[in-house]
Amino acid sequence: MERPLTQHIHSESSPLNLKEYQQVGGYAGVQKALKEMTPAEITNLVKTSNLLGRGGAGFPTGVKWSLVPMDKEEPKYLVCNADEMEPGTFKDRYLLEGNPHQLIAGMIIAAYAIQAQTAYIFLRWAYKKAEAELRKAIAEAYAAGLLGKNILGTGYNLEMNVHSSAGRYICGEETALLNSLEGKRAIPRTKPPFPAISGLFGKPTVVNNVETLCWISHIVENGADWFKGLSLTETGGTKVFGISGKVKKPGLWELPLGTTIREILEVHAGGMLEGYGFRGLLPGGASTDFLIEEHLDVKMDFSTVGAVGSRMGTGTMIILDDKTCPVAFLHNVEKFFALESCGFCTPCREGLPWVVKILEAIENGNGRMEHLDILKQQTKYMGPGNTFCAHAPGAAEPLQSGLNYFHDDFVSHINNKKCPWKS
Amino acid sequence: MLSEEEKTEIQKETGQYPYPSAACIDALKIVQHHRGWVSDESVKDIAQFLHMSNEDVEGVATFYSRIYRRPVGRNVILLCDGISCMIMGYESIYEHISKKLGISFGQTTADNRYTLLPISCLGDCDHTPSMMINNDHFNQLTFEKVDEILENYK
Repeated sequence: MERPLTQHIHSESSPLNLKEYQQVGGYAGVQKALKEMTPAEITNLVKTSNLLGRGGAGFPTGVKWSLVPMDKEEPKYLVCNADEMEPGTFKDRYLLEGNPHQLIAGMIIAAYAIQAQTAYIFLRWAYKKAEAELRKAIAEAYAAGLLGKNILGTGYNLEMNVHSSAGRYICGEETALLNSLEGKRAIPRTKPPFPAISGLFGKPTVVNNVETLCWISHIVENGADWFKGLSLTETGGTKVFGISGKVKKPGLWELPLGTTIREILEVHAGGMLEGYGFRGLLPGGASTDFLIEEHLDVKMDFSTVGAVGSRMGTGTMIILDDKTCPVAFLHNVEKFFALESCGFCTPCREGLPWVVKILEAIENGNGRMEHLDILKQQTKYMGPGNTFCAHAPGAAEPLQSGLNYFHDDFVSHINNKKCPWKS
Repeated sequence: MLSEEEKTEIQKETGQYPYPSAACIDALKIVQHHRGWVSDESVKDIAQFLHMSNEDVEGVATFYSRIYRRPVGRNVILLCDGISCMIMGYESIYEHISKKLGISFGQTTADNRYTLLPISCLGDCDHTPSMMINNDHFNQLTFEKVDEILENYK
């Protein structure tokens, strides 16, 4: 089984340096793209491959690029979203620390495809090791003429900068990220105009996730059919999946898209720890709906997980076991979303703290049955169409499904005036 | 007053953007790196240096959780309270640190050695519980491990 994204990552040793990466074929895609392909050919190739964005939303990458106006001479930007902060998500960190050159190669090609002359990596503040590795790798690429002026003698120029952020989950929302990169508060922007038309500093900008950009060089080297063939479903490629919680071997695995949840949980993560039972999971980070036992044979892919009422999101699952209280679980998650709300729009700013207060009351034995109606109502008020960005709708996802699947646990807290998991 | 060193560093950051105010966050981080936190006076100094209003800089400074608008201790402990760490028991680690140092989240020890703050998911979810002290990362925490680590930060 091919593992293109992680084949050169060895968690116990330092990432490959430029020379070592080139020896195993790294940057071959950059050579091919810049010397043999036009920007339009690259965008078309990525479009044909149907590479869906790996940050969580699954938007077609090639389509995103094709929205950039190419007929006008003006500054354009490529931004890598490396602000990984979704609770329970740790895949981009692995790719950044494990093989920074793979990302840089992908970014050079992506920037060339949209004819951007400046690229930024918007990096989460806490990822210090990733920052050090990236800066080292970028310096190597500059020294080798892979970045800067007249790359590989082709006349193409690209400057690449690392912007280490200052915290806040909302920076991962692509328009909030652009505001943050401009030195402002990270408040999401109105769409349209989309960043491809008016993005960073008001100029055409493409924002792509780390894992998405890591694919580009491989697709250029091996083609769209190869990419499609890696997957078990109609969406192409492998995916870095992960599991955290009370399982025998929590971790990350690069597997074909379409691998079942059961295989990831039982084979790769080794199943539940002795003495712990499975109750449910969030398939792709804290902002995705719960799935339960009956969904274990669902294939991990954007459309199939969507069909059972959740989202594949980042593909890193959080397991709820039978010794963890689902109300306490949801309280933790909603508290995170409440704290990280940018405060700009009302349903999110006011709704989330209200939800947290109620969950806390229920967890502490002060809940009432009408609280459940309020929580349910809030998931609607915070739902899609009522808020400025996807933050509150994301927060509503685990809550609405949790209320549904763990209804009896909520009722038990309320009736017995205490949390059954607390002695 | 910004020091010459701070000015030079901020100036360098402005170079990667089309206009100076875009370096506002970088400037706040630079000042915090030198002084431990960002005072009202520093907010005004940065505003003047980047040709921004004080209010704009204040708005940015108070938005970002890793910019400290109050003094912190010599070492800042950031304990992950994300969901994966909760499942794996960060709360007992919190209680241990809190009891050992006599401080809760948001507080600084009397000798100014440690400040304890929560931080959301550190992306260490397969090696929980995890924390950072200053710029250093630690995971798979146990009481003994925490005791040992804390000793190294004077």
